[in-house]
Amino acid sequence: MPAFILLTVMTALRILSRNRLRAGLTMLGIVIGVGAVIAMVSIGQGARAAVQAQVASMGTNVIIIMPGSTTVSGVRGGQGGAVTLTVGDAADLKKRSPLLSDTGWAKRDVMQIVNGNRNWNGPVNGISPSYLTIRDWSFTGGGPFTQTDLESAARVALIGQTTLENLFDPGEEAIGATIRIKNVPFQVVGVLAPKGQSAQGSDQDDVIFIPFTTAERKVFGSQFLGSVGALFASTERSADLPEAVDQIREVLRARHRLQGEQADDFTIRTQVDIGKVQESTSQTLTVMLFAIASVSLLVGGIGIMNILLVSVTERTREIGVRMAVGAKRLHILMQFLIEAVTLSLFGGVIGVVVGIVGARLTTVIAGWPTIISLDAIVSAFVFSLGVGLFFGLYPANKAARLNPIEALRYE
Amino acid sequence: MAPLIVCEDLWKIYRVGDVEVQALRGINLTIDRGEFVAVMGTSGSGKSTLMNILGCLDQPTRGRYELDGLDVATAKPDLLAELRNRQIGFVFQSFNLIPRTSALENAQLPLFYRGLSIKEQRKQAAAALQRVGLAGREQHYPTQLSGGQQQRVAIARALVGAPSILFADEPTGNLDTASSREIMSILEELNRQDGITIILVTHESDIAAYASRELVMKDGRITQDVRRAPHLTVVQ
Repeated sequence: MPAFILLTVMTALRILSRNRLRAGLTMLGIVIGVGAVIAMVSIGQGARAAVQAQVASMGTNVIIIMPGSTTVSGVRGGQGGAVTLTVGDAADLKKRSPLLSDTGWAKRDVMQIVNGNRNWNGPVNGISPSYLTIRDWSFTGGGPFTQTDLESAARVALIGQTTLENLFDPGEEAIGATIRIKNVPFQVVGVLAPKGQSAQGSDQDDVIFIPFTTAERKVFGSQFLGSVGALFASTERSADLPEAVDQIREVLRARHRLQGEQADDFTIRTQVDIGKVQESTSQTLTVMLFAIASVSLLVGGIGIMNILLVSVTERTREIGVRMAVGAKRLHILMQFLIEAVTLSLFGGVIGVVVGIVGARLTTVIAGWPTIISLDAIVSAFVFSLGVGLFFGLYPANKAARLNPIEALRYE
Repeated sequence: MAPLIVCEDLWKIYRVGDVEVQALRGINLTIDRGEFVAVMGTSGSGKSTLMNILGCLDQPTRGRYELDGLDVATAKPDLLAELRNRQIGFVFQSFNLIPRTSALENAQLPLFYRGLSIKEQRKQAAAALQRVGLAGREQHYPTQLSGGQQQRVAIARALVGAPSILFADEPTGNLDTASSREIMSILEELNRQDGITIILVTHESDIAAYASRELVMKDGRITQDVRRAPHLTVVQ
């Protein structure tokens, strides 16, 4: 049997190489199908990896608590419209929710920032020092401000990369420089490492961090002292996130004196939730990919079946001769199946090459990140094999069922 | 020794639309090992039908056919294929070589379906080609060979598996006189030296003269069955 298969494969290759154009055109459907899938999967995975990196840039096991909407005489404000979360909430959460490894808070406003003769309009965040650790911010120069800075409402600032580029000349030393936020002088003590785009698409590096107390007393002019824009918390393990969310809800509802039926006046989101949104987007992409792949593999398969039917007719006499010298039905069946599979696998190989080249070109020309996936390549092969077998079966069976006498007489 | 072929009351009936065609009407025939039988008859006499049935390419509608003691009349297709592979060799009028395939590979074909190793297939096929005088032409394609040479490749293919019977259906029908003579002397040699039973279908009496037994068919029946000294012996 191994000799039989080897020789049959050799025969199939010879027959196909004899009709190169025909074989090429037949394979085209498979080539396009497999190529499209490989390229699209590569692009999809590249995009997904980019999104995952964005989600990861939020920090590790982060929980974000936003103030909820309020209802004033039946008119509902939007999310974050209410001033319901406070520094006290953060402190209490840390005390009463053992799963939380840290809590932090932040409040932001867009302000005019001036450095010498340059100025920039960007978001200024008043934060607790713990916010920096929760969000995993690191520094390219200088370092974070301290708890003491927070308590003494020190005029120190940390600036992001985008802010740095807009306020300082290239090569100009930012650490130690004095910038003015709403006319209040601040000393730059740290330059933040870049994080890139957030999962929502905003530039995370266009940012200035100052101590929360300094912000509310000297810059923002807050109406209610201690009210924050958002609370941040983190857990040691990602598995603890759902339980931590429940604990936070319980503590906050108690603190805000919400009765049984009353809705939460805050919204809790975790990194996992944000990742899920992206996941569903990529799932839509996968379904579309699958549809494209199915259609082109179907078309490719029909092409293979068509050409094999032609081949069976052309080679009727040969089939008769083979039967006369002792080929069993299974031998004839195998011969044509092997030809079909050879065609489809060749198409698959070329398709994989086309797909990889396509993905690389996308990266080079459009600058999209792509990841060549081994899984996609393997499944492309399996599918081409399947298409060859499935669509080869009918013509091969037709050949195997020929009557040897009629086949020998066929003109 | 038991006869190689035993047929009893062999019938073959085709149905073409509403018309019933009785191609064979009760054939009784016994052929011993080593016989050289010529089957003659006009077209439509049933000689090809008989050869197809004896050659295990077809099965009778009714009647008994035993080949080497094996009941063929009711055998399954795979057993028929096995019999064709091991017991039977065919030589056709139109050679029926596989196009664009070398002489060697054509001659290998029966061994290919026996599942021999490629090396063994090549060795035996080369020996068979040498036997028919085609040593050195192993890699030629059918189109590069003359009619007589193509028929010799076909004979090599028929004898490579060491069959007990060789069926030749008008083997010289497409050949000139000289080539015909070559082919017939090869067949005669195979019959004499190797003791291969040969059943030759022809309508040319000078070709039939090589045989030691002559069957004449008419309307699906054997009308004459003559044993005689073959032609070459007569000439000598």
